[in-house]
Amino acid sequence: MAALEEEFTLSTVFLGAGPDGLLGVEQSDKTDQFLVTDSGRTVIHYKVSDQKPLGSWSVKQGHIITCPAVCNFQTGEYIVVHDNKVLRIWNNENVNLDKVFKATLSAEVYRIHSIQGTEPLVQFKGGAVRGLEALLAEPQQKIETVTSDEEVIKWSKFFMAFKYPVLIFITEKHGNYFAYVQMFNSCTLSKYTLLLGQEEKSVIQSFAASMDRKFISLISLSSHGCIYETLIPTHPSDTEKNQKVVRSLLLKAVVSGNPRNGVALTVLDQDHVAVLGPPLPASKECLSIWNIKFQTLQTSKELPQGTSGQLWNYRENLFMLHGKFLTVIPYKCEVSSLAGALGKLKHSQDPGAHAMPHFVNWETSQGCGLGSQNSEQSRRNLRRRKIEVSLQPQMTASKRLLLAIKKDSEKHIEVELRKFLAMKQTPDFHTTTGDIVTGLLGRCKAEPSFYPRNCLMQLIQTHVLSYSLCPGLMEVALEKSDVQMLQLCLQHFPDIPESVTCACLRIFLSIGDDSLQEADINMESVFDYSDSVQDEKMEEQTEILQNGFNPGEDNCNNCDQELNEKPQDATEEITSCPVIPKRAALLNAVLHSAYSETFLLPHLKDIAAQHITLFLQYLYFLYLKCSENATMTLPGIHPPTLNQIMDWICLLLDANFTVVVMIPEAKRLLINLYKFVKSQICVYSELNKIEVSFRELQKLNQEKNNRGLYSIEVLELF
Amino acid sequence: MGEFKVHRVRFFNYVPSGIRCVAYNNQSNRLAVSRTDGTVEIYNLSANYFQEKFFPGHESRATEALCWAEGQRLFSAGLNGEIIEYDLQALNIKYAVDAFGGPIWSMTASPSGSQLLIGCEDGSVKLFQITPDKIQFERNFDRQKSRILSLSWHPSGTHIAAGSIDYISVFDVKSGSAIHKMNVDRRYMGVSKRKCIVWGVAFLSDGTIISVDSAGKVQFWDSVTGTLAKNHLIANADVLSIAVADQEDSFVVGTAEGTVFHFQLVSVTSNSNEKQWVRTKPFQHHTHDVRTVAHSPTALISGGTDTHLVIRPLMERVEVKNYDAALRKITFPHRCLVSCSKKRQLLLFQFAHHLELWRLGSTVATGRNGDTLPLSKNADHLLHLKTKGPENIICSCISPCGSWIAYSTASRFFLYRLNYEHDNISLKRVSKMPAFLRSALQILFSEDSTKLFVASNEGSLHIIQLLEGNFKHLHAFQRLSGTVEAMCLLAVSPDGNWLAASGTSAGVHVYNVKLLKLHCTVPAYNFPVTALAIAPNTNNLVIAHSDQQVFEYSIPDKQYTEWSRTVQKQGFHQLWLQRDTPITHISFHPKRPMHILLHDAYMFCIIDKSLPLPNDKTLLYNPLPPKNESDVVQRRTAHAFKISKIYKPLLFMDLLDEKTLVAVERPLDDIIAQLPPPIKKKKFGT
Repeated sequence: MAALEEEFTLSTVFLGAGPDGLLGVEQSDKTDQFLVTDSGRTVIHYKVSDQKPLGSWSVKQGHIITCPAVCNFQTGEYIVVHDNKVLRIWNNENVNLDKVFKATLSAEVYRIHSIQGTEPLVQFKGGAVRGLEALLAEPQQKIETVTSDEEVIKWSKFFMAFKYPVLIFITEKHGNYFAYVQMFNSCTLSKYTLLLGQEEKSVIQSFAASMDRKFISLISLSSHGCIYETLIPTHPSDTEKNQKVVRSLLLKAVVSGNPRNGVALTVLDQDHVAVLGPPLPASKECLSIWNIKFQTLQTSKELPQGTSGQLWNYRENLFMLHGKFLTVIPYKCEVSSLAGALGKLKHSQDPGAHAMPHFVNWETSQGCGLGSQNSEQSRRNLRRRKIEVSLQPQMTASKRLLLAIKKDSEKHIEVELRKFLAMKQTPDFHTTTGDIVTGLLGRCKAEPSFYPRNCLMQLIQTHVLSYSLCPGLMEVALEKSDVQMLQLCLQHFPDIPESVTCACLRIFLSIGDDSLQEADINMESVFDYSDSVQDEKMEEQTEILQNGFNPGEDNCNNCDQELNEKPQDATEEITSCPVIPKRAALLNAVLHSAYSETFLLPHLKDIAAQHITLFLQYLYFLYLKCSENATMTLPGIHPPTLNQIMDWICLLLDANFTVVVMIPEAKRLLINLYKFVKSQICVYSELNKIEVSFRELQKLNQEKNNRGLYSIEVLELF
Repeated sequence: MGEFKVHRVRFFNYVPSGIRCVAYNNQSNRLAVSRTDGTVEIYNLSANYFQEKFFPGHESRATEALCWAEGQRLFSAGLNGEIIEYDLQALNIKYAVDAFGGPIWSMTASPSGSQLLIGCEDGSVKLFQITPDKIQFERNFDRQKSRILSLSWHPSGTHIAAGSIDYISVFDVKSGSAIHKMNVDRRYMGVSKRKCIVWGVAFLSDGTIISVDSAGKVQFWDSVTGTLAKNHLIANADVLSIAVADQEDSFVVGTAEGTVFHFQLVSVTSNSNEKQWVRTKPFQHHTHDVRTVAHSPTALISGGTDTHLVIRPLMERVEVKNYDAALRKITFPHRCLVSCSKKRQLLLFQFAHHLELWRLGSTVATGRNGDTLPLSKNADHLLHLKTKGPENIICSCISPCGSWIAYSTASRFFLYRLNYEHDNISLKRVSKMPAFLRSALQILFSEDSTKLFVASNEGSLHIIQLLEGNFKHLHAFQRLSGTVEAMCLLAVSPDGNWLAASGTSAGVHVYNVKLLKLHCTVPAYNFPVTALAIAPNTNNLVIAHSDQQVFEYSIPDKQYTEWSRTVQKQGFHQLWLQRDTPITHISFHPKRPMHILLHDAYMFCIIDKSLPLPNDKTLLYNPLPPKNESDVVQRRTAHAFKISKIYKPLLFMDLLDEKTLVAVERPLDDIIAQLPPPIKKKKFGT
């Protein structure tokens, strides 16, 4: 799982950020220290862990910095360019930028690139590149132009590939994009035309690149919010001019199109990308981490004060301009596995219950980055399949449905949906379904009165949806307190975040009994516990025998007296279910859902104390019911297991212990639980005692077999 | 096959001493094992794990370290401060060199095998050069402040790691100076223990040092930076030993709780190159401290206070999944510690530092198969003969008539004359033993008790004429030219004409005692001889080998007998060949020439040569007694091998007379009862 940590502002100093944000954030030669260049005249040197600047330098009034300052890792000096052509080099001891080394160059500088382990490179706006040493030796040397007229460099990156530095830069000319790759080991410059595919008109907003074995993986974010990947070979097969590279879709609609401030993306590791931008047209900007391998949203953070659409990533820290302040958000990316991406596996389901696979089949799905990336073969297959798919009539059905969603009435949508569902399911069925749900939810947000409950329920029951495919669905259901929908989601989604599970739990516990009675809730996980109340007498006996040990016999049990004071209550509390069956069914859905303890615990703390008590009572009731029979299971079709019950009791107590201890109503419950734990300890200590006795018995047994040190016996061999 | 009265003896109070060190030699596939009493044993892992050689212990020579160097030279070092080299041919100690550093705690040979490094009590690490015939002190490394308990060379031979108390030092071999000192955390589960003793270190070629210590940790250190890279807490007690495979892809550690853990270098994810050490398999074959472990290419070897030597094959490394892939647990020595006087029904038990003489009891009752008969006279402990000096007894023997006892230590040979007057025994030492009879590897009396045969460790065989209270040296068969090996097994024919002697690997030599010359040599066989005996009348020599083959060789005819050829042609039963203890004693029935009686530690067998041999389809063992008469007849005539597994572990079995057997058992529980209590572990609860 990837996670964003608590953000912090790097400095309270108001940065002179222009309308285009900062010029850049670059690493310094010491870890944890960075050079921030604003779009005016200032370069500030920050130490991130201290959250304070170590130094600040400005160019003279009238000059303007045109290229972000970088650090020369070989010498520890800083380099900046102002007024396009004037190069300045200084170090920490210099105070005034006007008095430091200066070199005036013959051409305009686009950027200076500096990375660890090699000398800095100066890239000119014409695309030509010079090493810093060579340039300083002869500052006025002639600089050739590599790019054609009107070609503008949009983005560039310098990095090490197999010990050799590689520079990649992207140019744009009349809406066409070109990628240039300069290899410094072989001094070759290759030019590639980026083919945009179907979405010809889209404008590419942001680029990121990473090395991926023999290819440079160029990730681009286009203006309509999709992420594409382009693989550019580092060793070009033929030297033919103007080769073409195709990009393929990795993720769809991660940000809404045409945002005000632009969007940005950066590659975190081979499976994760961070995207900055508004997820929906109307919403505030968000920083989100996506897993491109499993196409799941890992985490996201809202940035309400807006950003400049710029994002830098160094050493597990993301830098961005939030409002007017430079903000740092540390992140963690762990090696992604399916289990990690989806959380704890659900409790085993009835094999017959789901004919459809629960998870999206990544191999066959279209239009998305495959699990087996880099495999050219599968990529080709993918494109071919895409064409085939587009020929099928289903496309039209779903398109019609999508159109209907935009404007038609609920009735009409339902009819279209039925048509759509009646179609044969194709490999991209789940993505289409996801699109439909997103569409429906978009309209829900826009029109508060619009709530196509039936459609959504039908879509959920197709078993192809998951939380990450339609993140808004449960939020809407939570907003509307639609418990039935929530129950359905809990039963069918494998990847519900713990916070949402907790929100569901909160609603299930707080919703009034009256409103529950009206709801049509799936009751299969609830056994009619009221039946068993009739043979109360017999049960009482078994209930006390917990795990074969009778806590009543415990001699030092002063809580027993308290229990005996109100025996009436005790029987009542134990034998009758503390919640109505419908609520029980909802709670069981929560018990069945998958979770990771660490993520769940903080959210459990938010639940009100009386609800915690109620839930604990219910769980305790379930536990008692479990211990009634030898197999320690509950009756019913799909009941919660003992492990789930115990895990939840422990979780609730862990999260809310201080609160629960203070509530008088919970006291009896806690005493019961305490007694239960104590009895368990007693059982184990008894077992330990028995072990000793057994060993003595064993010894006795051995002695019996031992026939003494000497005997004469008769042996007959046959 | 017959009915026997069996004297079932369990009063042989033999306790093997605990194993202190094991050292595996990859070149010869042999394993050297040293015990706490100073005994060193050599096991041939290729020859069915047979213990082919042993060097007797010495009270003051507690070995703390054992290693092979220069190919197949074996060195040990111990708390008396001496380094000892063993002569593997003559089976004695070549020389002992004082290292002048106080007690030696650790020793290791350099990767090239040409240098020895020892760690001493005074904190010094000393380097010795191994010369062709001795070792020579070369220099000292920087002196440390406390004893050096463990040492390991870097495979390139440039650096060494030394484990001490509370820290590990890394030395540069060239300069001899310590370049790193890595402190080991003393805390154990959050509680500060007094000292953290680094019991073992292993230096890997990538510069990683693995250490095991008394706080139950296995730690990985980076020797370049001197930092701790990884920590595994694996036990609540000391981790005492470590051994790394030659390929450095797996290692094994042993703990004081008796557990052996296997660690393997495993890929982090499938098809990734990044690998990490993972604890893969725990083995609990020991009840007590695992003092030492070794890692052969195919097996994990461990030994400790509970006296068992455990060889646990790694199934993934074993190519053929045959019986060799099974776990081996070796507890008892593969030689006889008991001798018997048939005439007087006496048993002589050999211990490390004393001999015990017992007289068997008797009964007048009779009974049926399986009955325990009432005793009319119990067994008597007649004699307790303590050795003088610190050396262990190598071998001992009582004459068939019961009037002579002979035993030998590494430097002295003792002969006693026993006189029986009613219930009193008087013992008289025969003095003035000849100077050449200093040390014997094997002693044997002739059937009529008039001659004594001694195999000395110089390779010669002496024949001594015994007279009333005196002796006369008759002859010495000198070591045959071309052989360097000492003889360690002897057999004499009941008529006293033939003497057979065998070393550990070369063939069996047969001497004519009358003519005092070599009669013939039985062709050499690949596997060492485990037992020898010459049958009465026919003078057939029966030889058992460690691969469980049994040969019968006719001495007068100088060739294998017809029966032996038949057996070889048809082959032994599969289950017979799969037994994992060697045959240690062979005897014959005086009235039934067709019978051969032999036993190993878990079975006793009478081979009836007149019956057909079993093939792999027939049942070799008959576990249950037959129910009816026809069944009895059928079984009696079924096949040649009549096996009883009632008595185990069986240390000795012999025929006293036609109808009486004596079986000396040593139940494992009795041995365990005499060991110190193991670390107690809770079974239940939190």
